[in-house]
Amino acid sequence: MAMEMRLPVARKPLSESLGRESKKHLVVPGDTITTDTGFMRGHGTYMGEEKLIASVAGSVERVNKLICVKALKTRYNGEVGDIVVGRITERRRSAEDELAMRGFLQEGDLISAEVQAVFSDGAVSLHTRSLKYGKLGQGVLVQVSPSLVKRQKTHFHDLPCGASVILGNNGFIWIYPTPEHKEEDAGGFIANLEPVSLADREVISRLRNCIVSLVTQRMMLYDTSILYCYEASLPHPIKDILKPEIMEEIVLETRQRLLEQEG
Amino acid sequence: MASVALSEAEKVYIVHGVQTRGVRSLRLGTFKEDLRVDGRGCEDYRCVDVETDVVSNTSGSARVKLGHTDILVGVKAEMGTPKLEKPNEGYLEFFVDCSANATPEFEGRGGDDLGTEIANTLYRIFNNKSSVDLKSLCISPREHCWILYVDVLLLECGGNLFDAISIAVKAALFNTRIPRVRVLEDEEGSKDIELSDDPYDCIRLSVENVPCIVTLCKIGYRHVVDATLQEEACSLASLLVSVTSKGVVTCMRKVGKGSLDPESIFEMMETGKRVGKVLHTSLQNILHKEESLGTKRQKVGFLG
Repeated sequence: MAMEMRLPVARKPLSESLGRESKKHLVVPGDTITTDTGFMRGHGTYMGEEKLIASVAGSVERVNKLICVKALKTRYNGEVGDIVVGRITERRRSAEDELAMRGFLQEGDLISAEVQAVFSDGAVSLHTRSLKYGKLGQGVLVQVSPSLVKRQKTHFHDLPCGASVILGNNGFIWIYPTPEHKEEDAGGFIANLEPVSLADREVISRLRNCIVSLVTQRMMLYDTSILYCYEASLPHPIKDILKPEIMEEIVLETRQRLLEQEG
Repeated sequence: MASVALSEAEKVYIVHGVQTRGVRSLRLGTFKEDLRVDGRGCEDYRCVDVETDVVSNTSGSARVKLGHTDILVGVKAEMGTPKLEKPNEGYLEFFVDCSANATPEFEGRGGDDLGTEIANTLYRIFNNKSSVDLKSLCISPREHCWILYVDVLLLECGGNLFDAISIAVKAALFNTRIPRVRVLEDEEGSKDIELSDDPYDCIRLSVENVPCIVTLCKIGYRHVVDATLQEEACSLASLLVSVTSKGVVTCMRKVGKGSLDPESIFEMMETGKRVGKVLHTSLQNILHKEESLGTKRQKVGFLG
């Protein structure tokens, strides 16, 4: 058995470990961004008293004449076309509902869906009108901040390491074993409750720990970053990935590989 | 207890993971390992961060972070009159506050039930002669004694509350410094209590026999130590075993709706004793290490 106790260590500011020269311009709600009125206001800003003021806490991004504030941690704001993973908490109780849906979906079930429309109060309506959406079977859910999920063309990834992942825009990440054959006729609502093999379990647990370490170090989540982190973590046993020093080492290696790939 | 909702398939996945008897081979040899969702085995704890002396206006304090569970304990020593049935001893009073920060379920009076349950468990595990030397808390028999008010604050709830709370209580009691007092009697017979001028002149409690709780959750046909919230949602019954550093069980309690058969209770108790001894050794090592750093220690507190 393993038991590790340690004294807490103060977190170092990230820019120190990265050696970055330029510091980000961080603002809190109410901070003045600029008094120059020539800029166009983007998300997270508003005009007041002839100056541009931030309305969220985050870093200022400037693209030519557009200034916006990218929030570091936000509640999820739905956009049409987003993929989300959600848990059923409550349902409408009517006679037709009881007869038809209860056989397929229960309270507590996880589903993947696409956003169909957004209401003015922020509520979204979802649809599962494609065979790739539907009820999720066996796997692991990781909840992260929505601002860490990078917007991409597709959010369903079959990673080469042996598991699949759904990166929900709402911050719910679902990791599951890659299904061997696509069951077109089942329609995705019958869950497979067969035991998952040990090899698949190891991959899933390792991915889960890698995602948790990326999130702790505030890195954006997308298929490449998760894959590089997985490969960087292979020399270590799965449960050691969550130890602070190993987490830092793995994420640093991931960051370097990503920079090399871009540059 | 704070809980999360899980789908049937997620529960099945967790239960199978705990029960899987996989074989991993290293260069040195093969061994069987079970695989929980975060890669731990059935008897592995998550990483624990312990820090003492975080609250300045208490006699002793400690903060423990076990995964996502965050506990803060403060001990205040006050003078009072001993209980009638035990005139030569001081005593401990426990109070547990489940703050609404931990989970929205604790809003308003939602956390009171859990708080009383935890406080009653703490009273039970300390309810024996050897856990804390209560006679050392007596100042003058039948008249004055030290009462230690132990306040537990639940800051974040991430599963396995009892273990984290008992570790924090032990660390806070280790950190407690009670001022040394002298009882002066003058000619008329009235007693006066004198506090020493030196702020560092204090008595420390011996926490060698203070027990720690090990929670064993039954998942499927096996049991796990240090369950996360998701694992607790899959377990129908758990056993709380309170173990001292020598492996002596001071108290045992079963929680949960499900039933446990006597053989599994015996196995879980043996596991609890084994795990408890390792827990105590690690905790003692880290507390001594922290104390040996003395003033050089960089205090992290809450803004680290």
